[in-house]
Amino acid sequence: METTAVKKYTFKDFASDQEVRWCPGCDDYVILRAMQKALPEMGVKKEDVVFISGIGCSSRFPYYMNTYGMHSIHGRAPGIASGVKLANPDLSVWIITGDGDAMAIGGNHFIHVLRRNIDLNIILFNNEIYGLTKGQFSPTSLVGQKTKSSPYGNTQPPFSPGELALGAQARFFARIGGNTPKDMTQLFIEAEKFKGTSLIEVLQNCVIFNDGCFKNVTDKAVKEDKQIYLEHGKPMIFGKEKNKGLILNGLKLEVVTIGENGITQEDILVHNAKEQDPTLHQMLVRLEYPLATGIIRSYEDVTLEERENALTAQVKANSKFKKTESLFFSGDTYEVK
Amino acid sequence: MIKTTTTKPKPEVLEAVIIRFVGDSGDGMQLTGTQFSDTSAMFGNDIATFPNYPAEIRAPQGSLYGVSGFQVHIGSVEISTPGDKVDLLVAMNPAGLKTNLHAVKPGHTIIVDTDAFTKKNLEKALYDKNPLEDGSLENYRVIQVAMSSLTKEALKDIKGLDNKSITRSKNMFALGMVYWMYHRSVSHTTDFFNKKFKSKPQIIEANTKVLNAGYYFAETLELIPNSYTISPAKMAPGTYRIIMGNTATAWGFLAAAEKSGLELFLGSYPITPATDILHELVKHKHFGVKAFQAEDEIAGISSAIGASFAGDLAITTTSGPGLALKGEALGLAMMIELPLVIVNVQRGGPSTGLPTKTEQSDLLQALYGRNGESPVIVIAASTPANCFNYAYQAAKLALEHMTPVVLLTDGYIANGSAPWKIKTVDDMPAIKNNIINKPTENWHPYNRDEGTLARNWAIPGTPGLEHRVGGLEKDKISGNVSYVPENHEYMTKIRAEKVKRVQNYIPYLETEFAETGDLLVIGWGGTYGSLYSAVKQLNEEGYKNIGFAHFNYINPLPKNTEEILSKFKKFIVCELNNGQFSKVLKINFSRFEFNQFNKIQGLPFGNQELIEKFKQLVK
Ligand SMILES: Cc1ncc(C[n+]2csc(CCOP(=O)(O)OP(=O)(O)O)c2C)c(N)n1
Ligand code: SF4
Repeated sequence: METTAVKKYTFKDFASDQEVRWCPGCDDYVILRAMQKALPEMGVKKEDVVFISGIGCSSRFPYYMNTYGMHSIHGRAPGIASGVKLANPDLSVWIITGDGDAMAIGGNHFIHVLRRNIDLNIILFNNEIYGLTKGQFSPTSLVGQKTKSSPYGNTQPPFSPGELALGAQARFFARIGGNTPKDMTQLFIEAEKFKGTSLIEVLQNCVIFNDGCFKNVTDKAVKEDKQIYLEHGKPMIFGKEKNKGLILNGLKLEVVTIGENGITQEDILVHNAKEQDPTLHQMLVRLEYPLATGIIRSYEDVTLEERENALTAQVKANSKFKKTESLFFSGDTYEVK
Repeated sequence: MIKTTTTKPKPEVLEAVIIRFVGDSGDGMQLTGTQFSDTSAMFGNDIATFPNYPAEIRAPQGSLYGVSGFQVHIGSVEISTPGDKVDLLVAMNPAGLKTNLHAVKPGHTIIVDTDAFTKKNLEKALYDKNPLEDGSLENYRVIQVAMSSLTKEALKDIKGLDNKSITRSKNMFALGMVYWMYHRSVSHTTDFFNKKFKSKPQIIEANTKVLNAGYYFAETLELIPNSYTISPAKMAPGTYRIIMGNTATAWGFLAAAEKSGLELFLGSYPITPATDILHELVKHKHFGVKAFQAEDEIAGISSAIGASFAGDLAITTTSGPGLALKGEALGLAMMIELPLVIVNVQRGGPSTGLPTKTEQSDLLQALYGRNGESPVIVIAASTPANCFNYAYQAAKLALEHMTPVVLLTDGYIANGSAPWKIKTVDDMPAIKNNIINKPTENWHPYNRDEGTLARNWAIPGTPGLEHRVGGLEKDKISGNVSYVPENHEYMTKIRAEKVKRVQNYIPYLETEFAETGDLLVIGWGGTYGSLYSAVKQLNEEGYKNIGFAHFNYINPLPKNTEEILSKFKKFIVCELNNGQFSKVLKINFSRFEFNQFNKIQGLPFGNQELIEKFKQLVK
């Protein structure tokens, strides 16, 4: 990468000339704008940014960004993005995907990209429904949820994206409500800074097919009481009054009230996102009340491209082959006169 | 019984000979065969080899399905196939004899290890009686040698050698005998031992001893009345090596990457018989090769598409079922018009079919196995050595025409080996690419080259060329999503026209043996050697009216195909499938009547069956 100073961009530099065609009121607009605002803060050059998506409403995203991009095929963005990044590690590569795209058809690729830890960023638009195909249940839909393909209620138990991701060795996992643009912008910036695969799950409202699916936790009125926004190094405190907190009771997280039953601020767990052991992160991911948002895990580890580069340098240094010719003429060759 | 001959008889000179080594999968038959063929190649013979091993990794010892074989055809004349019927069979056990006897020419020689013909081994090979005793081998010259005991005897003075190493080296006894019979020096093999077992002097000594013991045993044995020699072949001067098709394919890509100045990216998932291309390319990190073993075929091709988008020479390798999985992504690559090479080393199908056997039945899948109007370039290599050229050519066409190219090879040429006159990158034609480095006035991602119709290749990281591609139909110029009906029709046609125009950049079809005549033998891909040698033999017998046309370019077909066809009266299209290429010809050249010769046994064509068929058509 050239080290010339990066031009100062505004969000307008990242908006393409294409008309955005999501349903009015869809959270996808919020995510798009948050990204357009985050990018100028990242210090990356516009030409070095690549968005790769699969298929679904969310996957139309790259068309709306004035960067390099590819709207690819259903579920395969992780493979394509991995190829982009391995071919040119200087690029800032983003995967845009939905719950169906990432966890149904692309499930295999989703777990493997996390396992490998290539320096990519994944934004998972989770609306617990298939939007583009008009409302079938997805792998995150709830049991009993009535959809076009489950008129009597869904019988397939759901994945929790965070649990699945941590099980697949995700080093960075964050969760954020689709109606929280400021925090979202900040998370995108953090994800870009993080060296390794980062995954951000956005709880995205689909106004058409699953309206209000997260409203119990994301509505302005209840948000502070129902969510805990985690920050590394800070105590796990939440609530309108900032008086609720999390402690560890045996093998379970427990909600306590500061000032009740002798609980003081000192008793509250301090969030360590950078801990290698994912046990507590798993517990936080599973917690239903309060719902954990913010960066839950952020453990920096060797990336795949670092491993590959080191190996390549070592092989190159020890190799007697400099050009293909030296390989072709090596070993058992013979002359015909 | 063994008598020392005092005067060495003069070896009888032969033009060519076909030898097959067979034994249990643990008997080292592949090594034995390779040593013999390498020695013969270095002596100056033309050669063709074919290994044939069981699909099971470790089949039970002595079982019929655990037989491993290696066939080698050497000659002072041009050799184009490993041959079908053999002049000499070396069978290390009853199972090997039983499964390969049918291939021995009557009156010809079989060498057996009598020590292996035990009651137990005979039972495992489902023999009721010992074939060495019941007269059933009357029509052959059987040389019975107690190889295991003679090996033991030869090694009795080497201290501390374990039993396993002793039994293992009996294949070298057989090799020694064959070296004497065909007047070959053992030195290439002893050099090989010295290199391979550098740190194990005992193993070097043991193998060398057994090899020589076999050699001298044959020399002094009355049972082998004479030795033969095959003079060096007339081959173009130069430096040669023996190369396997899969290695040649991998190396063709290395050369193309070097010539084009791009880095090579391979995204792949293991499948027989394509895996060796992956095995070869992962070794070459020193050339900057990025080889990515993905979680499945879909991720394999997807990663290659990503790498191509980012400016690498991207390839993906697979075999039939893998190509089926890659179909959707291949359609995407075609739609977004990026360079990409997909190698399909064909095997017997459908489904998992016959994984270790050869077939040509993925042709229609390569041409049409995708949704929508989805033309791609399809080319096929035809010999182990020319896999190098066609891999190179596939990369060149993909880069110059901005399109996916399917390169078809098959198990037969991919595993077979032959001499390759080494080519350097300087020997290969130039490769242009369509990368653009800065925006021109009015730049659009779908601007096309007037000649090739290739679009320009704008790579992430280039300022001013930011753009989006995708699988949705796109406007003919801007590349933005467009569902305008006329635009879709236009784009469908221009994508087809782009592939059609490749005709202007590929060689004309040529016929061999006759330019006009009564019969044109038509083939494509890996059957070249079999068809060529059959037509050649007929030509030598006086059938001067039979021509041979072999296709390496299938989509598009060479420009002069119709003209070539119009010079012959009858046609026979020979394929290892149920008639796929003949369908293609019928669609394109409906005024001709195409006869078919199809074999669907997982086996290559035999010489005799072709010759009989061709004779019927010209009588
Ligand atoms: C191979 C393939 N199968 C099915 C489809 C149809 N399809 C398009 S989008 C989609 C579901 C997308 O759901 P999700 O990822 O949740 O995205 P959303 O539309 O909700 O953003 C499906 C099944 C397709 N395009 N390709
Ligand atoms: S269908 Fe749902 S997810 Fe898709 S654009 Fe409309 S609101 Fe958004």
